[in-house]
Amino acid sequence: MTTTRIYVPRDAAAVSVGADEVAARIEHEAGARGLDVTVVRNGSRGMLYLEPLVEVVVNDARLAFGPVTVDDVPGLFDAGFLQGGAHPKALGKTEEIPYFAKQDRVTFARCGVIDPLDPEDYAAHGGTTGLRKALQMDAEAICQQVLDSGLRGRGGAGFPTGIKWQTVRNAEADQKYICCNADEGDSGTFADRMLMEGDPFTLIEGMTIAGLAVGATQGYVYIRSEYPDAMATMRKAIELGYALGWLGSSILDSGKDFHLDVRVGAGAYICGEETSMLESLEGKRGQVRAKPPIPALAGLFGKPTIVNNVLSLAAVPDIIADGAAAYQAYGVGRSRGTQAFQLAGNIARGGLVEKAFGISLNELIHGFGGGTYNGRPVRTVQIGGPLGAYVPADKFDLAADYETLAGNGAMLGHGGIVVFDDTVDMAQQARFALEFCAAESCGKCTPCRIGSVRGVETIDRILAGDKPDENLELLLDLCEVMTDGSLCAMGGLTPMPVRSAVQHFPEDFQRDNPPGASTSSSARVTN
Amino acid sequence: MQTTSGQWDSKRAHEIITEHAGMPGALIPMLHALQHAFGYIDKSAVTPIAAALNLSNADVHGVITFYHDFRDAPGGKHQLQVCGAEACQACGCRELMTHATEKLGVQPGETTPDGMFTLNTVYCLGNCALSPAISIDGRMYGKVDANRFDQLIDTCKAS
Ligand SMILES: Cc1cc2nc3c(=O)[nH]c(=O)nc-3n(C[C@H](O)[C@H](O)[C@H](O)COP(=O)(O)O)c2cc1C
Ligand code: SF4
Ligand code: FES
Repeated sequence: MTTTRIYVPRDAAAVSVGADEVAARIEHEAGARGLDVTVVRNGSRGMLYLEPLVEVVVNDARLAFGPVTVDDVPGLFDAGFLQGGAHPKALGKTEEIPYFAKQDRVTFARCGVIDPLDPEDYAAHGGTTGLRKALQMDAEAICQQVLDSGLRGRGGAGFPTGIKWQTVRNAEADQKYICCNADEGDSGTFADRMLMEGDPFTLIEGMTIAGLAVGATQGYVYIRSEYPDAMATMRKAIELGYALGWLGSSILDSGKDFHLDVRVGAGAYICGEETSMLESLEGKRGQVRAKPPIPALAGLFGKPTIVNNVLSLAAVPDIIADGAAAYQAYGVGRSRGTQAFQLAGNIARGGLVEKAFGISLNELIHGFGGGTYNGRPVRTVQIGGPLGAYVPADKFDLAADYETLAGNGAMLGHGGIVVFDDTVDMAQQARFALEFCAAESCGKCTPCRIGSVRGVETIDRILAGDKPDENLELLLDLCEVMTDGSLCAMGGLTPMPVRSAVQHFPEDFQRDNPPGASTSSSARVTN
Repeated sequence: MQTTSGQWDSKRAHEIITEHAGMPGALIPMLHALQHAFGYIDKSAVTPIAAALNLSNADVHGVITFYHDFRDAPGGKHQLQVCGAEACQACGCRELMTHATEKLGVQPGETTPDGMFTLNTVYCLGNCALSPAISIDGRMYGKVDANRFDQLIDTCKAS
């Protein structure tokens, strides 16, 4: 009898809604029925609204069922799901589900497809092609390919990756470092986590190529402590990488070395800011450094250092394998390639959508996302994390690329889109932005440290109906001081969500004598 | 993160400090290892850590207090984190936190009198498409309403 392969994700989001229990139940049920199945724990396909998404291989095709509960399992067996039998949870071929079929899967091409910790599966799906090619290229040519691809940093600032790499390559030093920023602190984002849990070798390969490109022999992946599964998967993949000769001394017998370690953050949002992350890696308080010097010239332990986001580095193996032109062919204007959009919050079909730049917010929020989870109208989305703007629903025709958003008082950031329904209280959201800044400020500069605290107090007075017009003006003045006087984007961009809330939703700040006015939130899900 | 709440053991602490002292940027991994072993970092560890890394006591203290993760007193048996960030706000996490404080009878940052649970707010667990999200001892749960919250708490109590 041949075994049937069944995929049940190990991704922490899938597990958060019962994937482990479903996997166990499937094995138990198959055993009881004398059926031979092999359960593979893959990463997530990114259709998180369908998790746990179970896939069965029938005639070489992967058939999807979801969202599967433990109680569904016996019925699935009864319906003959191992042969693709009809069942209410059957979704057809995974790759033909429109949400998936309409995407441009490049960086996430393997995520959810392979067993994340099976190097053979990785190689069979194109893994290590980029690295093998890079080993035949000179360092300058690798940097040039990355530059020509048009890749910009996916961590938030959108700086051209190739230029950063060239700067590090041209710096003279006895030691250089590659530091991967896996601090992913923004609410509404989970793409870094999904990639590290679902396809860790891609990140390792990207970092190794970065090492070859600039002459660095040591890398660190700085992972936030909130991601224990990503840490465990990355550590295991690195261990396997060493055993296979993909990492260590003379990688793939090339005579070139690259060593890689995981380091864990300790619950500080500011440690996602690159210089704060470097301080933390050095074992210090995560206080932001003044620039210059830039990390590319004086980074970790004062040495030339590449700091790149997980997704920037994970894009590199494909760029080298398929050539810069193939990657550059995706996108619009100066936003080239694909972006892993993350649809989050009050949304019917939340998940990861990798798509060429150019797609509109509408297509993402309504086309892919299906509007709110509870069926109420969408009032606003916050794009790009806690420092990003609230964009009102009448602006959803905007394209979600770097320039378009920046030109409209918003920012793409790490690509998270958080959906809010019409019960959201925008004054409360503005208050939160300032409260968060006060809690997470590294404390180095006054506009950020003190300004955010004053901002919270000022909004509280507005909410209490105390001289609202005067206090609103004061709030906007404070925003200006923070924007102009802060050392980093924590203090510098916190005004963005605040101002956008005031600008687009002024009615929420008019609290003079409303009956039953309270300072507590009115945001709630009604389902 | 999963912790092994136990008694502080100075001898074992010294071993951990020595094991980590040689690595570049050793302090944060060392603090994580200590907290993992004992569930907290005892104040008595500051001096030996400082000595091992050639730092001042103030330096070490400054690092411990900078990061939200590090505790200088033992927490509860179970570490419970309720996400308070925007995507979860959009799905009612403020109400969920209120429910949690009522169910457990403690405020965020506190431990229940029976030592079972330490309740905390966390800023995003990376589960923002399945909000509201919580984490118990490092394991994440999504789409948590008041009912599911109570079930999870009761399961912990029973175990
Ligand atoms: C407050 C703050 C938080 C940040 N958090 C992150 C983060 O979690 N992950 C990240 O990759 N970049 C983050 N950044 C951006 C980094 O400073 C840096 O620009 C980025 O890691 C560079 O990599 P990239 O060019 O590949 O995007 C943050 C910046 C600021 C100001
Ligand atoms: S803006 Fe805030 S977080 Fe950034 S350096 Fe200043 S105090 Fe630190
Ligand atoms: S905002 Fe709650 S898990 Fe991300």
